[in-house]
Amino acid sequence: MAKSLLIISRQAPWAGPSAREALDIALAGGAFDLPLGMLFLDDGVFQLAPGQQPGQVQQKNLAANLQALPMFGVEELFAAGSSLQERGLPADSLSLPVKVLDDAALAALIERFDQVVTL
Amino acid sequence: MKFAIAVFSPGHAPSSRRALLFAQAALAGGHEIVRLFFYQDGVHSASGNIVTPQDEFDVPAHWRAFVTEHALDAVVCIAAALRRGVLNEEEAARYQRNAVNLPAPWDLSGLGQLHEAAQTADRLVCFGGD
Repeated sequence: MAKSLLIISRQAPWAGPSAREALDIALAGGAFDLPLGMLFLDDGVFQLAPGQQPGQVQQKNLAANLQALPMFGVEELFAAGSSLQERGLPADSLSLPVKVLDDAALAALIERFDQVVTL
Repeated sequence: MKFAIAVFSPGHAPSSRRALLFAQAALAGGHEIVRLFFYQDGVHSASGNIVTPQDEFDVPAHWRAFVTEHALDAVVCIAAALRRGVLNEEEAARYQRNAVNLPAPWDLSGLGQLHEAAQTADRLVCFGGD
């Protein structure tokens, strides 16, 4: 059986290429039909903020690519509740259908996956 | 044990040096490295253009020697490398750039190689940050 991989994305979409490069790992793995999950943690939850205008800072819109995750077979999407709370992002306002987890559930999630990559 | 090792930091970051020492220790301990994968700023760890002061530990040179000596499968992510100006001869010609800074023993390839390595290995060990 294929090993499962959790990708933890910890950078804001405007903070250099990390957010995109984490997403690229997920999309590449989805193309191979691998069991993948993606967790938005720390500043990574800013990727889920609605109504972004990345063109204002000469960036491409990451949201459109994030929306493609379920189409690539990456349906296990999570966000850290404490990260959302610290940054004032209401869980019901997010641009992606993520499951919001408390800290105990985060530990269980990481334990459940065979492998973890954090960017 | 079979290891896949991913490096996300440039040669001047302590984590690239730690990855090198880990990889050396893995082989010395009788383990196997199925692949080294250089991603994000890790592509700079493979650059042949790094000039390290003579009295300092030259991490990219040690990576190069280590990969060559053990004939390891060492892949540099092509998308990450292009955006950071790490090019082999073929890509430099394709994009009409003057500098070639990724000579052998590295392979430029895609993220599928990271997934394949992770599937083949018993453990995926990542080195990033400082």
